[in-house]
Amino acid sequence: MRNAFSDVIYEMAQTDPKICVLVADISPAGSMEKFRERFPERFINTGVAEQSMIGIAAGLALKGMRPFCYTIATFSLYRPFEMIRVDLAYQNLPVTVIGMGAGVIYSTLGGTHHAMEDIAVASAVPNMTVVAPCDPAEMRLMTRWCATQSSGPVYMRLGKVGEPDLTSSSIDPFIAGKIRYLVRGTDLAILTYGNTAAMAMAIATKLGALGISTSVISVHTLKPLDISGIALILKSHMHNVVIEEHVPHGGLSSRVKEIAWDIQLKNQIHVFTLKDEFIHSYGEYSDLLASHGLGAITILETLSSIKFETIL
Amino acid sequence: MINNKKLMPDSEVKLSVQRCLKYRKRILEISQQVSALHAAGAFSAIEIVDCIYNSLMRGQPGVNSPDIFLMSKGHGCMSQYVVLEDIGVLTRRDLDLYCKKEGILGCHPDYGNPGIEASTGSLGHGMGLATGIAYTERYLQKSEAVVYVVFSDGELQEGSTWEAMMMAANLKVSNLVGIIDHNGFQSFGRTTETHPAFYPIREKIESFGWEVAEVDGHNQSAIYNAVREKSGEKPFMVIANTIKGKGVSFMENSPIWHYRSPTAEEFQIALAQLQEVQL
Repeated sequence: MRNAFSDVIYEMAQTDPKICVLVADISPAGSMEKFRERFPERFINTGVAEQSMIGIAAGLALKGMRPFCYTIATFSLYRPFEMIRVDLAYQNLPVTVIGMGAGVIYSTLGGTHHAMEDIAVASAVPNMTVVAPCDPAEMRLMTRWCATQSSGPVYMRLGKVGEPDLTSSSIDPFIAGKIRYLVRGTDLAILTYGNTAAMAMAIATKLGALGISTSVISVHTLKPLDISGIALILKSHMHNVVIEEHVPHGGLSSRVKEIAWDIQLKNQIHVFTLKDEFIHSYGEYSDLLASHGLGAITILETLSSIKFETIL
Repeated sequence: MINNKKLMPDSEVKLSVQRCLKYRKRILEISQQVSALHAAGAFSAIEIVDCIYNSLMRGQPGVNSPDIFLMSKGHGCMSQYVVLEDIGVLTRRDLDLYCKKEGILGCHPDYGNPGIEASTGSLGHGMGLATGIAYTERYLQKSEAVVYVVFSDGELQEGSTWEAMMMAANLKVSNLVGIIDHNGFQSFGRTTETHPAFYPIREKIESFGWEVAEVDGHNQSAIYNAVREKSGEKPFMVIANTIKGKGVSFMENSPIWHYRSPTAEEFQIALAQLQEVQL
């Protein structure tokens, strides 16, 4: 994802002189080398100083630039939070804050590097748009949208490396602010975003083999949420599942339940999220997800054994 | 970058003194409409703000000036409002409706209001904003703009101020001119007593790659001349030594006047004292 990001930002900068990049000494900024060499004046490394990164980006945006701030999610959103709230959101400036390696993808770096509540934190701020594309192609489209949108600041949650292509054969095109069917089924819908979309696709395939026709929806725009789009999904599938790599509160699963209440939904909702607990263990990314009940096998077993008598 | 006009002539000093008296009286007048307006912190910054708007900035500020003004010390914005009223950017009605539901002006500057170029009020934001603005003007848009920022001394306790101050020097934004309203007071009292390790200021700022001058912050020509005589290579900071509540004896150096408005009786005494200074 990060290499694809550096490619698209480089492409955009060639035709749009407003595009600039600010990083806070993040080592993957190495992937920005091409940008830095070609556009040295539009590349600012603030050093290990994230408050300065956001404040300076706001100053750039006040003068008409389109800054993208880029570092690890915990440091791009949490450390300079009040700068994001006041400098970017209160002044409603078109700055994109990239949260790299969000979720628990930095599995061996420990809880200091896990962004488990970033969607809730970013979504709580007025004027803020919150997005989480699920694969490099969706990220490219989202990044292009960020560079031209006029709605204010954006927090973009990104994974790290090696995301598979999930969207090249998707049912729906990408439209910012709208949910997007990646595959369409009739019995069960999985709503997800970002990192966990790949897992959702794999689960859908397995469920399909069991005779359960499954939709997978990329909810790449978490705020503003496509409420009518989600309401339609909930009504048209007997069982609805939310998989998100995020604490249980303030993310997609709680929003989906709010919508379900508002439309007096009769169909079922099952949510799989991280627990409301910090993670003190290490191992592979998948180990951490599994330790919080977000393992693909657990989810598949749960859905297969408990939920599908009514469907099958 | 800054024009070559050196040293403020005596005639301009006289005009400035008259303006600052008018500004203090106007602030006192408005203080009678509201329970609080940070009068003391505004009084310490009056000569600084007057000097920037009326003497240093080119063109017509808020209309066609190439230069930019940020009140990083947002709670001192009453000093900015009265100047903006005086130069016709804000209306008398705007100030009469200060903090009223029908009005547009509150206790801190709001981006989007006439003459207000960034929202401030949360301390420690101005240095980052100003650095980004100055960098864009100088290196991306290749303009001749000078960015003037008024800081409180208290916000030098914010780490974000130093982060951005270091970065301003790294980015060589020599078009950035900061002026610290160094009144030496914060909510709990005199900073030399509450936070003695806060000092020295000058050496700290110089060690961050800035050029620094120290002046009497109630002496308009001293502020003006310091800015005109800067070398032009580095970002520039003026430490303007001021008196919190300057001009009204019972407000001077008294922490309770950080926020509250004078009573009707205190108002009359304050006005009389200002008149006396004028005589």
